[in-house]
Amino acid sequence: MMFKAENISKRYFRRTGSANYFYAVCPLSLEIMACGVTVLAGRSGSGKTTLLNMLAGLLAPTEGKVWLDGTDLYSLDDKSLSRLRSEKMGVVPQGRSAIDTLTVMENILLPARLYGRPEPIEAARQWMEQLGIAHLADARPAELSGGELRRMAIARALAQAPDILFADEPTGDLDDGNTHIVLSAFHDFACIQKKAVFVVSHESDAFQYADKVYRMDGGQVDIMH
Amino acid sequence: MSKTFSLSAKNLIRKPGRTAILALLTAFLALAVFGGSVVVLSLRSGLNSLEARLGADIILVPTEAQSKVSFQNMFLQGTTGAFYMDASALEKVTEVEGVEKAAPQTFLASLKADCCSIKIQVIGIDPEKDFTVQPWIARSLTKELGDMDVAVGCKVEANVGEIIRLYEQRCKVVARLEATGTGLDTAVYCNMDTMNALLKAAEEKGVSHKIESGSDVISAVYIKVKDGCDIDAVNSRLNGHIRKATAVRTRSMITGVSDSLAGVSRTVSGLIVAVWMLAFIILLLAFALIIQERAREFAVLRLLGSSRRMLSRMVLTESALCGLLGGIAGVGLAALLLFPFSQLIESSLRLPYLMPDAGKTLLLAAGTALLSAVMAALASVAAAYRLSRIDPGTVLREGN
Ligand SMILES: Nc1ncnc2c1ncn2[C@@H]1O[C@H](COP(=O)(O)OP(=O)(O)OP(=O)(O)O)[C@@H](O)[C@H]1O
Ligand SMILES: [Mg+2]
Repeated sequence: MMFKAENISKRYFRRTGSANYFYAVCPLSLEIMACGVTVLAGRSGSGKTTLLNMLAGLLAPTEGKVWLDGTDLYSLDDKSLSRLRSEKMGVVPQGRSAIDTLTVMENILLPARLYGRPEPIEAARQWMEQLGIAHLADARPAELSGGELRRMAIARALAQAPDILFADEPTGDLDDGNTHIVLSAFHDFACIQKKAVFVVSHESDAFQYADKVYRMDGGQVDIMH
Repeated sequence: MSKTFSLSAKNLIRKPGRTAILALLTAFLALAVFGGSVVVLSLRSGLNSLEARLGADIILVPTEAQSKVSFQNMFLQGTTGAFYMDASALEKVTEVEGVEKAAPQTFLASLKADCCSIKIQVIGIDPEKDFTVQPWIARSLTKELGDMDVAVGCKVEANVGEIIRLYEQRCKVVARLEATGTGLDTAVYCNMDTMNALLKAAEEKGVSHKIESGSDVISAVYIKVKDGCDIDAVNSRLNGHIRKATAVRTRSMITGVSDSLAGVSRTVSGLIVAVWMLAFIILLLAFALIIQERAREFAVLRLLGSSRRMLSRMVLTESALCGLLGGIAGVGLAALLLFPFSQLIESSLRLPYLMPDAGKTLLLAAGTALLSAVMAALASVAAAYRLSRIDPGTVLREGN
């Protein structure tokens, strides 16, 4: 797997003193390790989610290209991009992301079901076990706490075994214990299954699991280590 | 295809409230369409059947019958009536230029008394000459009506093989006729010999025919005019040639009925369109609300790799399924209202009313259910478009 962004930027309209637009993400290039955990840290409003969405194929950049295995994501039509995202990429978004009419287990198997792929039931069970939500398999999302929902979304992304997994502040609403459980799950996934994980987090806890850390500020990205 | 279908089905089952509201709206639509169409169709085939049974251009009746409008009531509402003229009228009719066929009928009303098992209109026909009622009787009875045989209309309470008593005469029921939706359904039919025997028996019971005894009597002559002849001209020739009887164009009877029919049809059609539009507008509003409610759900589906097409197909599938469900419910409800109360509808409309047969009804029901599905899907097209264009990045960012 080869994943890189080339000179991507995102400009939004906003009337400020001199100009009527600003860069949420300034033009930048970066490559994500094929196997390992990459962490993106930064203050609120620095553009982390915007960058992650562009990388994950969810938000077209104003300029630049995003390459996955030699394919320019945003040159694809909607159908092909959707299929590619479903097959090779997993996303854990910032907010709530459960389908309320489905049980927890059905939510986790949904990405495979949408395309009629074999359901990764075993993998789902294992990740749920590891994340401490195995007992909630048949519960409805409405019955779950914020932290449990978050771990459900993480299990959903992991169970699909994507080549690259994006997670936006996955430990934001978790206690210390669960934060470590989630981060080590990402670490295991990257090391054992040889996959790429890209995590947005402003908690220093994340750094000890990271193979590479970027820092973002005002739309600019620097390598920390 | 089937991959998103099961998700759609689950969404419907697990959000029963939402499904029920959408289905209910389409149920109203289906109720109006199916119920309305059945009523209009029944009236139309009632009129057709009346026309076929009246299948004559001109009817000659005694002048008194014409003035008492008893003849028209007999046909439309099945009230009993009896009026007579000398049987020689038939011969006189055939003498008139332009007459192609002439068939006599004789009427007798049975009594609600010991001598008769039921109070009913008895109609005597000449099977050889008759061209209005005979073809209809022939559909249910392959042989000819024998002496003391009767064929009964579908609303007469008598079964084939049963014996009914009319003025102490024992008549055998040999056939039960198809429904016509007209007053003819409440009558029984016999041949002229039987009728003459009944008339004689009735006279013994004190029911007079009000004309000089000794000669045969008839009640009406059905007349078919030769092709190319002016019916009005033949009509006036008949009126000039025959005394004590009046020739009436059947058109004048039917136009009254078809005018009322057109009125009722217009009202019902207007009602269908009104209910339809109202239901459709409410459906549109309902789907507009659902867009708000389901934005996050669709953003998640998008996030998990659904293409825009998959999302819009899902919305359309769900609304079509809801519509189908509602359509079936609406048709069922309409059937529940229409079929048991058809008698009531018939008598309150005071028009010939003939329900379509089972095959036609089923076809109409299936068509209506399908139409409801299509309408519901159409009402959700805008919602499907907007939900499929949802930007997961923006929607999922908005709080929890
Ligand atoms: N659709 C948009 N239109 C206009 N401005 C936007 C839009 N999306 C994001 N922004 C702006 O871009 C900047 C970066 O937003 P972004 O959500 O990427 O920040 P973030 O680093 O993820 O913050 P947080 O840690 O709070 O999640 C913010 O100033 C935000 O207001
Ligand atoms: Mg963010």
